[in-house]
Amino acid sequence: MIELLNSIQNSLIYKNFFLVLSGLDNTILLLLISLPLGFVLALLFALGRVSKITLLSRTIASYIFIIRGTPLLVQIYLIYFGLGSVKFIRESFLWYALKEPFWCGVIALTINTVAYGAEIFRGGIQSIEKSQVESGLSLGFGKFLLLRKIILPIAIRKVLPSYGNELILMVKATSLVSLTTYMEMTGIARKIMAKTFAPVEAFIAAGILYLFLNFLMVQFVKYLEWKYNPHLRLNN
Amino acid sequence: MFKFEKLVFGDAGWGDEFLIATLMTLLVSILSMGLGLFLAIITVWAKIIQNRITRFIANFYTTVIRGVPELLVIYLIFFGGNAVVMSVAKVFGYNKYIELNALTIATIAIAVISATYSSEVLRASYLAISKGQIEAARALGMNKFSIFFKVISPQVIRHALPGIGNVWQITLKDTSLISVTGLVEIMRQSRISSNVEHSPLTFLITAAILYLCLTTISGRVFKTLEVNYSKGFST
Repeated sequence: MIELLNSIQNSLIYKNFFLVLSGLDNTILLLLISLPLGFVLALLFALGRVSKITLLSRTIASYIFIIRGTPLLVQIYLIYFGLGSVKFIRESFLWYALKEPFWCGVIALTINTVAYGAEIFRGGIQSIEKSQVESGLSLGFGKFLLLRKIILPIAIRKVLPSYGNELILMVKATSLVSLTTYMEMTGIARKIMAKTFAPVEAFIAAGILYLFLNFLMVQFVKYLEWKYNPHLRLNN
Repeated sequence: MFKFEKLVFGDAGWGDEFLIATLMTLLVSILSMGLGLFLAIITVWAKIIQNRITRFIANFYTTVIRGVPELLVIYLIFFGGNAVVMSVAKVFGYNKYIELNALTIATIAIAVISATYSSEVLRASYLAISKGQIEAARALGMNKFSIFFKVISPQVIRHALPGIGNVWQITLKDTSLISVTGLVEIMRQSRISSNVEHSPLTFLITAAILYLCLTTISGRVFKTLEVNYSKGFST
């Protein structure tokens, strides 16, 4: 038994696991900033998308079209390498953020999730029955109150499952930020691989951690669904 | 900032290189989509036959691959693939060094990822076929083979087309990650060109536009296919 424990402790996966674990906080930091920011902006963009102002709606539609039609890697590279090569950006205040791979990652992830999230929320907002809005109006609700009390709560709880998917995609997308020299879990796994030439051990350690992170995310979304969709609960 | 003169065809610009890179992206996408659909059919089959072991393996495969970043899967197959192939070859008594070329590895890696998404789409559309039809086919004396090709496949294709279109877009965009393995597709080409010309903005925007064209055009193609396949059904 003790020999088995010792052999586990000396195995490469075990050692790599803790090395990769030290990158977990960097991954979570990326998510902690870009996900809440993305959520709020996505709501605003979705409202702009369904608004009657054609110019606003068209602009947001083309933004969504461009972001959803290009890979995230292109967006990250465009922000990290592309914007950094423009002279007047290097001389402006933006450079304080754009010279750090971390902030480039946050900006790219936010821009990406806003496009997908806005489209999801638009679906939710448009699926609200007209009668509910009308009954709100007949009760004398103003525009803002209507939004806060009727449209947003119904829309958000309707799209929780698909927004949960988007959240999981974002967890996976953070791995791409490692390509801009930012040392999160994938970056560290890559470094271990280059040092030890043992790819399977390094990447399995990272894979387990990502699976765990996604598992937590799934449970979180399930809890939200359970809490905000009481009428859909199977057993009361 | 944006240097159009760098994108001309011929020796002076990178136009022809980008054309070849675009074709390479398309080639990898089509190959891995095909291989992915094949793997997906096997996965769906493993999930729907009443066998605990195959179902467990198939569920494990789809859960793990979908829960792990694509980049990690690609790294694993790119760096670990050779070792696996060589150890398999050793079993058959072949001891020389084998190196898979970049295109093969890229195709396998993307196919393994895209198969998990396709398998969910295919499974859902298989379940949408009513059982009565399969029973009716069996009552008519059709064997398993002709039930699959004449009753199940045509309907699965019609149900699955919108979902498969989405998977295709994801696959197309995932091929950009293949650039880390050194295969020269759009993303890799834009990195090479911007390193030579010291103007990343030009070439990255070019890459973005090329991807946008590919996704838009293929979106149109799938729309047409959907209309074609749903003839006789109100959509």
